[in-house]
Amino acid sequence: MTILDIERRPEVAAASEASRRRLDEIWKTPPGIAGFLSTVDHKQIGIRYIITAFAFLILGGIEALIMRVQLGRPEQQLLTPEQYDQLFSTHGMTMIFLYALPVLSGFSNYLWPLLLGARDMAFPRLNAFSYWIYVAAGIFMYAGFAIGAGPNDGWFNYVPYASRQFNPGMNMDFYALGMIFLGISTSAGAANFIVTVFRTRAPGMSINRLPIMIWGTLTASAANLLVVPAVSLAFFLLWMDRQFGTHFFDVSQGGQPLLWQHLFWIFGHPWVYAIVLPAMGMVSDGLPVFCRRPLVGYTPVALSTVATMVLGFGVWVHHMFATGMPNLALSFFSGASIVIAVPSAVAVFAWLATIWSGRPVVTTAFLFFASMIVLFVIGGVSGFMTGSVPVDWQLTDTYFVVAHLHYVLIGINLFPVAGAIYYWFPKFTGRMLDEELGRWNFWTMFIGFNIAFLPMHLTGLWGMPRRVYTYPDGMGWDWLNLITSVGSFLFAFGILLLLINVVKSRRDGRLAGPNPWDASTLEWSVPSPPPPYNFAVIPHIVSRHPLWEQQLQESDARSSLDTGYLLDHGRETIATTSLDSDIDLILKMPEDSYAPFLLTVAVSALFVGLLLHWWWLAAVGGFATVGAIMIWLWPERDLGQTADAGHG
Amino acid sequence: MVEVALGRPRVPVGSIRRRGVGWWGVMMLITTEASLFVYLLFSFYYFALQTPGEFLPRHPPSLSLSLPNTAILLLSSFAVWWGDVGVRRGRQRQLVVGLAIALLLGIAFVTIQLFEWRQQSFTLRSSEYGSLFFTITGFHMAHVVAGLLILVSLLVWSALGYFAGRRSAPILIGGVYWHFVDAVWLVVFFTFYLTPYLR
Amino acid sequence: MSYLSGAGVKADPVVALTWGVLVISIAVVIIVSILLLAGIQRGRSRVAAVDIELQQVERRGNALALVYWGTAISTVVLFGALVWTVAVLAAINAPHAKPMLTIEVTGLQWWWKVRYLSDDPSRTITTANEIHIPTGQPVRVRLIGADVIHSFWIPALTGKTDTIPGQTNVTWLEAQRPGVYRGQCTEYCGEQHAHMAAFVVADTPDVFQTWWNDQLRPAAQPTTAQEVQGQVEVQFRCGACHMVRGTDAGGSVAPDLTHLMSRKTIAAGTLDNTIANLAGWIANPQAIKPGTRMPVLNLSGQEVSDITTYLQLLK
Repeated sequence: MTILDIERRPEVAAASEASRRRLDEIWKTPPGIAGFLSTVDHKQIGIRYIITAFAFLILGGIEALIMRVQLGRPEQQLLTPEQYDQLFSTHGMTMIFLYALPVLSGFSNYLWPLLLGARDMAFPRLNAFSYWIYVAAGIFMYAGFAIGAGPNDGWFNYVPYASRQFNPGMNMDFYALGMIFLGISTSAGAANFIVTVFRTRAPGMSINRLPIMIWGTLTASAANLLVVPAVSLAFFLLWMDRQFGTHFFDVSQGGQPLLWQHLFWIFGHPWVYAIVLPAMGMVSDGLPVFCRRPLVGYTPVALSTVATMVLGFGVWVHHMFATGMPNLALSFFSGASIVIAVPSAVAVFAWLATIWSGRPVVTTAFLFFASMIVLFVIGGVSGFMTGSVPVDWQLTDTYFVVAHLHYVLIGINLFPVAGAIYYWFPKFTGRMLDEELGRWNFWTMFIGFNIAFLPMHLTGLWGMPRRVYTYPDGMGWDWLNLITSVGSFLFAFGILLLLINVVKSRRDGRLAGPNPWDASTLEWSVPSPPPPYNFAVIPHIVSRHPLWEQQLQESDARSSLDTGYLLDHGRETIATTSLDSDIDLILKMPEDSYAPFLLTVAVSALFVGLLLHWWWLAAVGGFATVGAIMIWLWPERDLGQTADAGHG
Repeated sequence: MVEVALGRPRVPVGSIRRRGVGWWGVMMLITTEASLFVYLLFSFYYFALQTPGEFLPRHPPSLSLSLPNTAILLLSSFAVWWGDVGVRRGRQRQLVVGLAIALLLGIAFVTIQLFEWRQQSFTLRSSEYGSLFFTITGFHMAHVVAGLLILVSLLVWSALGYFAGRRSAPILIGGVYWHFVDAVWLVVFFTFYLTPYLR
Repeated sequence: MSYLSGAGVKADPVVALTWGVLVISIAVVIIVSILLLAGIQRGRSRVAAVDIELQQVERRGNALALVYWGTAISTVVLFGALVWTVAVLAAINAPHAKPMLTIEVTGLQWWWKVRYLSDDPSRTITTANEIHIPTGQPVRVRLIGADVIHSFWIPALTGKTDTIPGQTNVTWLEAQRPGVYRGQCTEYCGEQHAHMAAFVVADTPDVFQTWWNDQLRPAAQPTTAQEVQGQVEVQFRCGACHMVRGTDAGGSVAPDLTHLMSRKTIAAGTLDNTIANLAGWIANPQAIKPGTRMPVLNLSGQEVSDITTYLQLLK
């Protein structure tokens, strides 16, 4: 056999109608159920992520509203304690795990290849796989709730209350296995993002030309890769304790309940940054477009994104200030928790400076992005307060913390996401969202949110503990809770307006064209919605703002968007070097495949078997998993993985 | 206005050793799996420090089987490396032989480790030490089994003549995973088999 | 329940620190909001959203200074707050004098067991949910975890410290004025986490000593026929879990009832300790506090009445 690596000089051409037709033929996914189950198109997967995450957002929101009815007045009997406990735990699980990260993964999935000038993610099949696993794990986790065995120990699920002795039902088994299950999706997605950014950027898009959103998701992905195993392990050890009588958390046999808290929060705190940094990145990229100028302080903002995460690994103990630690440890972690505000300050002042020195065009997207700055600061300063140990000893586990975390998660995740929907909806669908309805949408959400959660700080300062299903009359909490309940319904109505706008504009919104916001990044250089192959030719980038070079006049060099590498010998995209983005290799991309879906079915069977102790099913699922992976990875000539590809 | 001139260098197509995305993918896998073992060992040392009184069992795991077994695992890593050198130089027979030796040594490791487990004076449920020992070595064993499945696949594919020269990324990728599994063993070995002697 | 009206040497520095960081926080929010609104107003484009491309893109001004100055000032303020934090932490770490009294508090689903420790074993007593302390002196509290994790919190006197199974945490508190200070479990601990209040009752040292001496007495003896019948019922029905010292009721997994009537509430602050509430609680605790470890005993009306009548004696 001759040993000859195929090498090729990639053809450089201008995009033509003929080449577009050919690429469309190569890249398009067949319609119907077959295409639905087998597609690896990052855009379809991204949209699915967003829709699924919003479905979970609605479920979690309904749970919240039921709880707010119960808490609207003291001594209410609408819910039993057990119902309330499952509701607040499921609400937390839903919002934090099934909404907050997946919705950002959705945006990143859709946008990354478009922002980077690539034709798909580095691992398209893995991308489909992480989506399917997310759906399967979400259904798995909700199945418990549906049969009355939802999690009932809060989202951070402290032992020993989660142990079998105190929690004999299946609630914890659903939650524990479900979290391990979901962790597969998170890790696979994180790996895919990292490789995508380091391998598939357009030529010339050196590391200092990346949009900030890429920095945000990259940082979050790196963190997830490092910390998701901690929580998966914690839940695995819990499951072992419950099912096989090991002694990790069982105190009477030498177990260590605080080990749970360490493992959980080593994961939990970086996770909080993972579900806000990409959203902050979306603001850093979107806001300047409406301010009609580049972001002020690109480099400080990019570095602060990374710095936040690095510091974020060192603050987990601030969730454990009340566990009886020595003062020295408390002082150290208190210091770290306060210092972590510094990189956040960099971002806040960079956004302010961008607005201050720009000419803001006030659109709905701008309102969401700009209001996020204030909500971020409110969530930030309340975090700073609880970072101070003696204050935290008073405020932790009260409604003050509930207010804090909702300002963080809604303020820095949901508001940017809503803004991002207004900003990128035209790219997704080719149509604009209704701006007038958008104003109603924004103001209802903004006012409703603040009515609901601003007074809640006071509820906490006045001593109301969190996670109580009811509270006595005469503690001074009644009217505050009533206001919160009223505000929460207004807030929910605002989200309903967003959904109405999406449904309405999807059908008859104004046509958008490729670049309705006159924005600067690569996704706006392709039609709306983008064709299956994204770019007819791979662009070549010479600046951070390829579409603004003419207006900014900062150098004579111009990015080449209409002429570039054609790459039409089957599904192909370009691989570039990690830092400087010099052309390195032509990547062969996989065809549509059922393997991700089938592997998900196999893994699901494994988890269901483990849950129900149907060991035969677990074994079948396990073998099917191994088989599916082998088939998936079988070297393919078309992907240039075998030696005889050399003849081709 | 300056239109950049696009270079047209000759570049490889498809999966080439470290330059494809596969190598990066396995590095991601190794990163996250290494983190998993860091947390497992963190748990072990947390218990060791926090447990009042005697943490170690009366008869800690012995070196009699584990030490030779460690050598076996390291040799199998060497065999994979030797096979990889072979395929890069176009000696496909060396690749197949190397992988086969590695696979046999890996199976030997698993077999001996099963005996070693049966020798212990404690069980998964007898103490917190037992829970940690069997969970951590069990996790490692699961990774060895995954590694063996990879070696089997690579052996089959190599025997089918799929790989040659630079077109041998799967050997590199699967091989580095096997090296990783072996490296983890060294840490596990140190933790359970050597630390009792360090007191 | 607000700690901002703190009443103790341990609370005061924390209240000051809270006000400090709260004022900083509010100031930061106001400053950022003003900068934001002024920034939007200042440069606001007249161009409509649909014509956004009419607003020229350009790098205006050099606003990078705002980033650097903003970050620098924030860092200084944060550092100041950190120094203050560490100072307060050191100040409240230990009481100024060695505590004369040590109380052991055990968190249980869903009540607090309170033991008064003494070098003289005959002075050790056990009570529940209401912690009496003398004013003007520090009191050491040893916190024991028994089942799941709870958190001990008396806002006006001390911040939270968890009670964790397998470890003993120690905290301290000191009340300057007599009064009743409410507290509550703040680590989620199951169905009745909401009904797990604790009270610290601070009295002048001589009133406190009187209370302690009273608690040392054995239970009052029944005199009327109904009281005698009630005592029999309590020993038979309640004694496996509850203790009434001096009788056959010797259980230790539920609150000690020897001086039940000296307490102001029952079921860990769920109900005021009135005859009607007590009778209702004994008849059907699950209706009042669903999930509580106290079972429904299906007592007849007469039995409830007998038991309640007897319990009224236990002052």
